Amino acid sequence: MSDPVSTSSPQITTPVGRSGDLIASYPRFLWRALQVATDGNWLFYGWMTLLTAIALVGANAWAIQVRDGMIVTNMSDHVSWGLYIANFTFGVGLAAGGVMMVIPAYLYDDEEMHELVIIGEAVAVAAILMSTLSVAVDLGRPDRFWHLIPGVGKFNWPMSMLTWDIIVLNGYLVINLHIVGYLLYMRYLGRKPNPRWYVPFVFLSIIWAISIHTVTAFLYCGLGGRPFWNTSLLAPRFLASAFVSGPAFILLVLRILRSTTHWEWSPRPAQTLIQIIRVAMSVNLLMLTSELFTLFYTGSGHAAAAKYLFFGSHGAIGLVPWIWAAIAMNLIGTVLFFMPSALERGGVRIIACLLCIGGIWIEKGMGLVIPGFIPSTLHEIVEYTPSATEWKVTAGIWAFSILVLTILVKLIAAVRQHSIAMGTHS
Amino acid sequence: MSNGAPFPTLPILDQEPSNRRGFLKACGATLGLAAWATALKPLTEWAQDVSVEEFLQKHYRELTADQKQAVFHRLEEDCRKEHGVDVTISDPQAIPGVQFAYALNLSVCIGCRKCAEACHIENNHDRATNNSYIRVFEMEMGGIDFEQGNATYDHPVPQPGKFYMPVQCQQCENPPCVKACPIEATWQEQDGIVVVDYNWCIGCRYCEAACPYHARRFNWEAPQIPAEEINPDQGYLSNRIRPQGVMEKCTFCLHRTREGKMPACLEACPTGARVFGNMLDPNSEIRWVIENKRTFVLKEELGTKPRFYYFFDE
Repeated sequence: MSDPVSTSSPQITTPVGRSGDLIASYPRFLWRALQVATDGNWLFYGWMTLLTAIALVGANAWAIQVRDGMIVTNMSDHVSWGLYIANFTFGVGLAAGGVMMVIPAYLYDDEEMHELVIIGEAVAVAAILMSTLSVAVDLGRPDRFWHLIPGVGKFNWPMSMLTWDIIVLNGYLVINLHIVGYLLYMRYLGRKPNPRWYVPFVFLSIIWAISIHTVTAFLYCGLGGRPFWNTSLLAPRFLASAFVSGPAFILLVLRILRSTTHWEWSPRPAQTLIQIIRVAMSVNLLMLTSELFTLFYTGSGHAAAAKYLFFGSHGAIGLVPWIWAAIAMNLIGTVLFFMPSALERGGVRIIACLLCIGGIWIEKGMGLVIPGFIPSTLHEIVEYTPSATEWKVTAGIWAFSILVLTILVKLIAAVRQHSIAMGTHS
Repeated sequence: MSNGAPFPTLPILDQEPSNRRGFLKACGATLGLAAWATALKPLTEWAQDVSVEEFLQKHYRELTADQKQAVFHRLEEDCRKEHGVDVTISDPQAIPGVQFAYALNLSVCIGCRKCAEACHIENNHDRATNNSYIRVFEMEMGGIDFEQGNATYDHPVPQPGKFYMPVQCQQCENPPCVKACPIEATWQEQDGIVVVDYNWCIGCRYCEAACPYHARRFNWEAPQIPAEEINPDQGYLSNRIRPQGVMEKCTFCLHRTREGKMPACLEACPTGARVFGNMLDPNSEIRWVIENKRTFVLKEELGTKPRFYYFFDE
């Protein structure tokens, strides 16, 4: 593989011959990683302190929620899932979107993408962490978490789609942790990564990425009692929007990485990602149009939730500002992405990324999970706005996940820069 | 490694080892840990209420007879300690050859909500939320359109031009909620009743999303009931006081019906709109209604096969 590290000088190559040494030096690697993770300039410390502070606020809000009950949320028996599950759905998409770096790199042998693909895998790890935490805080009885462990608890597989989701999400986390961890460790040792140890997992991760978002869509569209979700277009729509939000988020991470490290790369991988976003967003908007046509032109009872979402129903308009904001953000973001200047490094691209991430976050969360419950299965209209607790917990989860992402990316950059430095010395 | 070869150092670590930096990091780590401990302190207050036995309790269907007795005894103890009330936790089993079914005569229901009230009292529901497993809809004559229905009416009944439609768990033969549950905390019993093990449920509420009939309820907080109003005749799988953070639902009052009594909602009905019984018994009233009345079930197109029938008189 196009790994400059593998061609670096023997000076940093630790004499590791037997596999025993390989294992013995692993704790040392982890210790170094910890040191890298906790060392930096004042900007870095400020950033990490800020994220920790937000995570602490979230942790405290969650602890109070566990003690006092989920009454501290604004969910109800009518709208029984809210911001947490909305954020979960978005997070799964973010994780799946990382595969849009893997496919060009490994299926189309894009050498320049290959250098950066590990960033996409790190984003996937952090996004899966965010999704898992979002579900964990939604449990009424987190103390009974062990009931979900296959073999120990009672795992209702293959019947319950939720068990499928647990399997694919954890599988995806393990696959990506393995790939990122293995590549980093090999680079740290100064050894050439053995393709046999990671390339099969990379290809597995491609299929797996599709599966996590498909299964997450099946969670919703498999429910016959919720007409708004019960559409076969849901999984394809989820994937299309994931292939926008994932690459857009990665573009932002790359932007930050470029200004905080001395790591240089060609503009082409980012351009590839933008081409992917252009296609995926167009497909996403086409499917949305198709969905809306079927709902509104037919005018059947199935349109009740869509009517509430887009125009309000019986004076209840809680989601109307959300969905129109999402549509505006998605449309403006898409137009910006199609501008030639989006292919150049600069502000247009950044704004386009932020708009599409925001738009898709709403489209999949407040614009999809919530209207599934409004009107209720017996056509009652009970509205929902997230409570302060829900916002705090969600912000805490974002902060914690970004904290983990920061550490991962910092580690990747550190290992990387060192090898370049050594290479120039020799 | 054993020969003491220098380890590769990362660039950031290339600088002179600084004791000051190490000291600051240690301080930071200590402060961080203290902050996390403080933030999560409410968890320790909550954990005091969860005993080790409760935490380790197995799934209802994996408990031996002795273990079940120990669990029921512990729950009775807990109730005495918490509410100062002596209760009996029973566990009547499904009777072989019995399939329960319910029917409701929409021609005579007047929407008085006595059934919902009886459910509230019988099943030890939270008083503040006025919870009940039954929601009564005031419907427009001329159709069965829930969109035109209203479950929060507050006026004398019956109103002209309206009819009334109580909805509760349909005890589906093909229950979407059971399929949804990731941990088999809810299942269908031999007599057709869908139950929840309140000590196994993790509170993910996927079943609540899956139910097409709004039949399931979540305990958003621990139910509050004045001691003198607690119904002491409790079933483990039915009306015992539920813990915080778990699902609950109508069980056709199995602690009564499996003992030969009628459900509380039926007994409370002043118009005789409700018919309940064993539909396998050819002489039962429910069987007569199913065979002779023009009955219908809610959302038949979903394939859930409800055991709750609605009918009109001619």
